[in-house]
Amino acid sequence: MSATEREAAELREKSRMPDKAQLAHYYHQMLAIRRMEEALAKAYALRKFGGFLHLYIGQEAVAVGALATLKPEDYVIATYREHAHAYAKGMTAKSIIAELFGKATGCSQGLGGSMHLFDASKNFLGGYGIVGGHIPLAAGTAFASKYRGDGRVTLCFFGDGSVPQGAFHEGVALAALWRLPVVFICENNLYSMGTPLYRSLSVSDVSQKALAYGMARDRFDGEDVVRVHDRVAEAVRRARNESLPTLIEIRTYRFRGHSMSDAGLYRTKEEVEESKKRDPITFGRELLVRAKMDEKDIVAIEDKVTAEIEEAVKFADESPELAYERLAEFTYKE
Amino acid sequence: MRTVAFREALNEAIAEEMEKDDRIFLMGEEVGHYDGAYKVSKGLLKRFGERRVIDTPIAEGGFVGVGIGAAMVGLRPIIELMTWNFSFVAADQLINNAAKIRQMSGGQFTLPIVFRGPGGSAHMLAAQHSQSTEALWAHIPGLKVVMPANPKDAKGLLKSAIRDNNPIIFIEGEVLYADQGEIPDGEYSIPLGVAEVKRPGTDITLIAWSKMVKIALATADALAAEGIEAEVVDPRTIRPLDEELLVESVKKTKRCLIIEEGWPFNGVGAEIAYRMGRRCFDDLDAPVERLTGADMPMPYNHHLEQQCIPDVPRAVTAAKKLLYLE
Ligand SMILES: Cc1ncc(C[n+]2csc(CCOP(=O)(O)OP(=O)(O)O)c2C)c(N)n1
Ligand SMILES: [Mg+2]
Repeated sequence: MSATEREAAELREKSRMPDKAQLAHYYHQMLAIRRMEEALAKAYALRKFGGFLHLYIGQEAVAVGALATLKPEDYVIATYREHAHAYAKGMTAKSIIAELFGKATGCSQGLGGSMHLFDASKNFLGGYGIVGGHIPLAAGTAFASKYRGDGRVTLCFFGDGSVPQGAFHEGVALAALWRLPVVFICENNLYSMGTPLYRSLSVSDVSQKALAYGMARDRFDGEDVVRVHDRVAEAVRRARNESLPTLIEIRTYRFRGHSMSDAGLYRTKEEVEESKKRDPITFGRELLVRAKMDEKDIVAIEDKVTAEIEEAVKFADESPELAYERLAEFTYKE
Repeated sequence: MRTVAFREALNEAIAEEMEKDDRIFLMGEEVGHYDGAYKVSKGLLKRFGERRVIDTPIAEGGFVGVGIGAAMVGLRPIIELMTWNFSFVAADQLINNAAKIRQMSGGQFTLPIVFRGPGGSAHMLAAQHSQSTEALWAHIPGLKVVMPANPKDAKGLLKSAIRDNNPIIFIEGEVLYADQGEIPDGEYSIPLGVAEVKRPGTDITLIAWSKMVKIALATADALAAEGIEAEVVDPRTIRPLDEELLVESVKKTKRCLIIEEGWPFNGVGAEIAYRMGRRCFDDLDAPVERLTGADMPMPYNHHLEQQCIPDVPRAVTAAKKLLYLE
């Protein structure tokens, strides 16, 4: 994107500051996701569950802003770092936390866990553990929407680490060729596990991959939920109205390790601390202050979130597990 | 003898062979600057430099293919897959290229290459990260499949794998990396295709490999407490399979239980059971039996997961059934 195009986009952004209720909604969602993951980290430390736990802390504005552009019937598909996308798509903290606790009340009945949250009723098509493997699926759901003419849009989230994968290029190539209504969102948090961007991509501007496929593209920083919303909204409009795909690169940062076992030796403490100055949640709160929301109303949101997460943890704790005898029915449908 | 961890034994094998032969290099995700996702390659980047210890992006189809190409023209790559679950992304390279180039070219090209990494389930990693892949690879002529159970075997077998002139699938039990065990002090290697009796016995043969050897040994302990002497035999390489030693054991004990983490349908145990049935038909006092992983994708929930993986109580029960004690 040229400098003038970017300026134009930024101007449009400024002119569309959302109302107080919308900002409060963003703040609630981002904070709930943050508190939910903090509760999960704590439960993990207490060994309430095991396996891999990949936290999204630091990136919340991306999922919340992007998913706010969608209608309930639109599809979302994501990676193993997908607690936020699931929540922002309308899934409850109860069903997410219960899933991580391995309970039958979890969104995937305790069979999928942290990396495999699914909710068909919310059109949340899952979290996937094989890097890049879900990207062609997004082209597939968009293909189905075009086939049926149902006007739905698919949002596909993945990390910078997916970009070298064949599945990324094949999925994107087909979406461009067949003009499918899908938005590919690369959440570029500058690292894939311990590998910094410059050691995984010859060209660090991920959005440039769109050029060779003749696909629309965009690229911006992801700490401002309003900006994320507005820029993704354009791509969603393009998908819905013109049946054209877009590749968006959103620059972001994960404050925590890749997973719970990551010692974080590949980046400095200073770098991590510096990035926390652009905490999307601090920024989201500031937007409320600027919009002249009363402090007591902001605190009311925060209290509500605390209660919501506490209740969800309690629910997950008290929920039953699936019986082994039931498992066979999940391998094949009758 | 000295005691080292499984991951250190592997590290020693790689380092010692790299020291001797400049054609050997190590390539894979996080093998260098991160010192390996499971720390098998710890210190190797520092020791051998970026020319020979190469970090890759997440592009298994790409770097597995790069390894095969380099092997075709004379290098001897060791390609690390962060886990074998991710090898499916590179399945075309492994099955259509690595396994076939020698034969398709009428023997003009040989592929001295090792593909290695952790396999099997660990703990609550769910369906896409908890797979035993040996049956899939062993199905394919042109590939050899190696699965060590302890540090001594890990080092000795990896050395032979690196020196072998064929594509080797080398699967390290993900939960074995921290296991300590004794290994010989000096230079040694263990030939591929040679099984080992891990515990001698007379009443029943338990065949197991990789982490299931531990289950088999614990099962033998439990049976011994009831006066039953089980023999534990570890094939160590799935392909080529040391049929003779397995047959010898089964002919002696007249009973055979195969303990396998993988899925039952077309499992490695199915092939072994067929061979034992054919070769030991007249000696067997009971049909060859298998205890396998459950026939389903691995569930995430801890208790369900445990029920999907062979364990000692179920192995004891299965063994006793073969002895008509249950
Ligand atoms: C095909 C495949 N190879 C390797 C892995 C192991 N792995 C899991 S996440 C990850 C890093 C991915 O980084 P990125 O795509 O940037 O996403 P982020 O974790 O930063 O959100 C790796 C190497 C995997 N899951 N799948
Ligand atoms: Mg990343």
